[in-house]
Amino acid sequence: MKNSRLKLLSSPYIVWAVIFIIVPLGMVFYYGLTDKTGAFTLENVMAVMSEEHAKALWISLGLSLLSTAVCFFLAYPLAMILAHMNVNQHSFIVLIFILPMWMNFLLRTLAWQTLLEKTGAINNLLSFFHLPPLNIINTPYAIVLGMVYNFLPFMVLPIYNALVKIDPNVVNAAKDLGANPIQTFFKITLPLSIPGIISGITMVFIPALTTFVISKLLGGSKILLIGNVIEEEFTQAGNWHLGSGLSIVLMIFILINMAASAIFDKDGEGGLL
Amino acid sequence: MIKTTAKKIYIVLIFIFLYAPIATLMVFSFNKSRTRAKWGGFTFQWYLSLLGNREIMQALWNTLFIALVSSLSAVVIGTVACIAINNMNKRRRAVILGITNIPMLNADIVTGISLMLLFISLGFKFGLGTILLSHITFNIPYVILCVMPRMKQLNPSTYEAALDLGASPVLAFFKVVFPDILPGVLSGFLMAFTMSLDDFIITHFTKGAGVDTLSTKIYTEVKKGIKPEMYALSTIIFVTVLLLLFLVNKAPKEKNERRI
Amino acid sequence: MKKIFLLFICSAILLSLAGCGSSSSGENGEVIVYNWGEYLDPEAIRLFEEETGIKVIYDEFETNEIMYPKVEAGATEYDVICPSDYMIQKMLENDLLAELDFNNIPNAKANIGVPYWEQSKEFDPENKYSVPYCWGTVGILYNKTMVDGTIDSWSVLWDEKYKDNILMQDSVRDAFMVGLKLNGFSMNSTDAGELETAKNSLIQQKPLVQAYVVDQVRDKMIGNEAAIGVIYSGEAIYTQRENPDLEYVIPKEGTNIWIDSWVIPKNAPNKENGEKFIDFMCRPEIALINFEYITYSTPNDAARELIEDDDIRNSSIAFPDLSQYQNLETFQYLGEEADRLYNDLWKEIKSE
Repeated sequence: MKNSRLKLLSSPYIVWAVIFIIVPLGMVFYYGLTDKTGAFTLENVMAVMSEEHAKALWISLGLSLLSTAVCFFLAYPLAMILAHMNVNQHSFIVLIFILPMWMNFLLRTLAWQTLLEKTGAINNLLSFFHLPPLNIINTPYAIVLGMVYNFLPFMVLPIYNALVKIDPNVVNAAKDLGANPIQTFFKITLPLSIPGIISGITMVFIPALTTFVISKLLGGSKILLIGNVIEEEFTQAGNWHLGSGLSIVLMIFILINMAASAIFDKDGEGGLL
Repeated sequence: MIKTTAKKIYIVLIFIFLYAPIATLMVFSFNKSRTRAKWGGFTFQWYLSLLGNREIMQALWNTLFIALVSSLSAVVIGTVACIAINNMNKRRRAVILGITNIPMLNADIVTGISLMLLFISLGFKFGLGTILLSHITFNIPYVILCVMPRMKQLNPSTYEAALDLGASPVLAFFKVVFPDILPGVLSGFLMAFTMSLDDFIITHFTKGAGVDTLSTKIYTEVKKGIKPEMYALSTIIFVTVLLLLFLVNKAPKEKNERRI
Repeated sequence: MKKIFLLFICSAILLSLAGCGSSSSGENGEVIVYNWGEYLDPEAIRLFEEETGIKVIYDEFETNEIMYPKVEAGATEYDVICPSDYMIQKMLENDLLAELDFNNIPNAKANIGVPYWEQSKEFDPENKYSVPYCWGTVGILYNKTMVDGTIDSWSVLWDEKYKDNILMQDSVRDAFMVGLKLNGFSMNSTDAGELETAKNSLIQQKPLVQAYVVDQVRDKMIGNEAAIGVIYSGEAIYTQRENPDLEYVIPKEGTNIWIDSWVIPKNAPNKENGEKFIDFMCRPEIALINFEYITYSTPNDAARELIEDDDIRNSSIAFPDLSQYQNLETFQYLGEEADRLYNDLWKEIKSE
């Protein structure tokens, strides 16, 4: 099937990718590396070192790492349980996790606001049982909760897919050779699911690092994330150069992440579906 | 026994976590009071007034239209690209797949901003067109992601056999290759459709005046209090999809029983 | 799996087709309006479309600062916009506004009260570019059952008692207005020292603040989520209607008296339709139904005469007697340099 004419079929996509992926990114770099007069400057990128930007970046990193970790520890056991269930229900399980996405993301997050509010449903329930109220709305914890909630499916699905693909014979062989369940898990299951884990981490970490909506809705705008800074530079302060410069900084983290997933997941096995 | 109970409890807890906000939204759709803060009694009125609410209905049509057109376009462009990529040498393939991964791995906010800068510098008028272009752009990678593994599993000799037997390349593709990659194409379509439906950030940066999707409409409404009609609409969408899911999930089960 | 997709694709296609059919443009062209969220009765739009056959394309913004870059970038061309005082000044200085032809807007001069035109001169010296739409003050909305003592000063927002019960404005100028007024400065200050003091006050206040919000104050106050909030006077009537425990007060240190006006940008594609739209909104009966819906004070004297409810027509919240308050000011555009200073300081507060 090595047909050279077939290669031409890729041209529409290549043209598309150049215009809508490469060129726009080039423009972000152009704006990020120039000032208002169009002269080259590193000022916008270095602005991340200034106190308020550095703080926003650190908080974003901290919260997104925390929520990635929480997602992972919630998702891995869940994926294992699901993987051991009836195999024929594969598509059903996938859809169950995609289904909430059909309820709009903003509405779902807003619903958490209502649930967590001081006079919200959860606190009403707690006071009904004479338990102390839960005061996490407008704190970093609420943001982490929102991130975990929104991005959990992106962690569960790749891990689940990686686990389903593991040949049961390999696991049985380990058992036959005298490995106990814990050894089997650490020597066989976990290493074989690494592609799924890596792609799960990527799919949770990046959106969590860059979100600006969740912090607005659940953090009461009291906690400034790097995503909020960038969004406000573009939509309010009108300083595109600074916004682009900070976006370049964000892209460095994304590149690190891409490199990591390229190393661990060579065949793109840890997919969502 | 204890272990399976523990497992079940764990699954149930996760499901409560995933679906509690959705249940909350459904409850709101029956709330007589206009603000989310108060329970004013049970009512169906929002479901009725939803039909008369021009803005929300328009946003719904826009959303569906954009999701459908963008995911269909992405499926066509993406599938065709997959055929070509599959025939490339390793290095070129790695480069193209690397570029493909960018919109998926890159932050939505950066993708949105970069497209906004592009459209402004090209002098495009922001509106339905710019949203569509952006959605197609971030949908293609999902299609390629779903189709590519199927493509790799293909046995190239069947396609060549079809050609040898006198089928034109196009016919051979649709008769031999396409049925094999169809599941990948379909899941790519569903994935793209869902992503487009749920996207807010990229639309936020590329939308124009008066063209709202449900996401951007909700974002403007969040500030002054979501209109109850919006909860009603979400409930309808959710229940419809849920029903579809149940209907279809019954079918494969029967098949399996027969096989046993 | 296949069946779900077929079902799904079919229904999606059907729905989209139905959708396409329902969107039609007006027989007499269109007018693209850019307005604050929930700031116009949809019924008024419907009446306008019915009468003129001009289709209204309606878009909303949350703060002046969000509106400005969109108009400046020019990627979306609007016909009618409703910015506040200082933003109109900024747009004028940057040559973004078109002169209005008042022959096409007869209702404006006929119905809108003289004092409002006078007030507009602060940012539109010859009354050539803007038509007043709504006006009001910024004040404190509080829940009578959740506070004690009299509330009459901005300093209540710094009271430890109300920790986690305070809602602050999430927009630069409004937040700084509170900080500056608290310290007895002008809210149009560009003095670095004064702004530094205001910034420190606002940072000091941050631990007490439950959330920084703009329009969400309304929902949260109605739901008893907070005891005190900074809010535009126009929201007071609405919130009181929903929750009678709420009370609005103009603090004694003075506040912002603002005016939002219709303007037409230079790049408007349908200027004449824009003027028709403004004129329609200035009709007394339209301004009246609009006032009843959005509850923001109307400068339309003829419309105010038509208000049936005496309490509202003479409400001290909707139509306060300004002479009894001191230190009322209107925002001014302070120039690019000061804008940047404000933004930087605001970012420092937010990232604290």
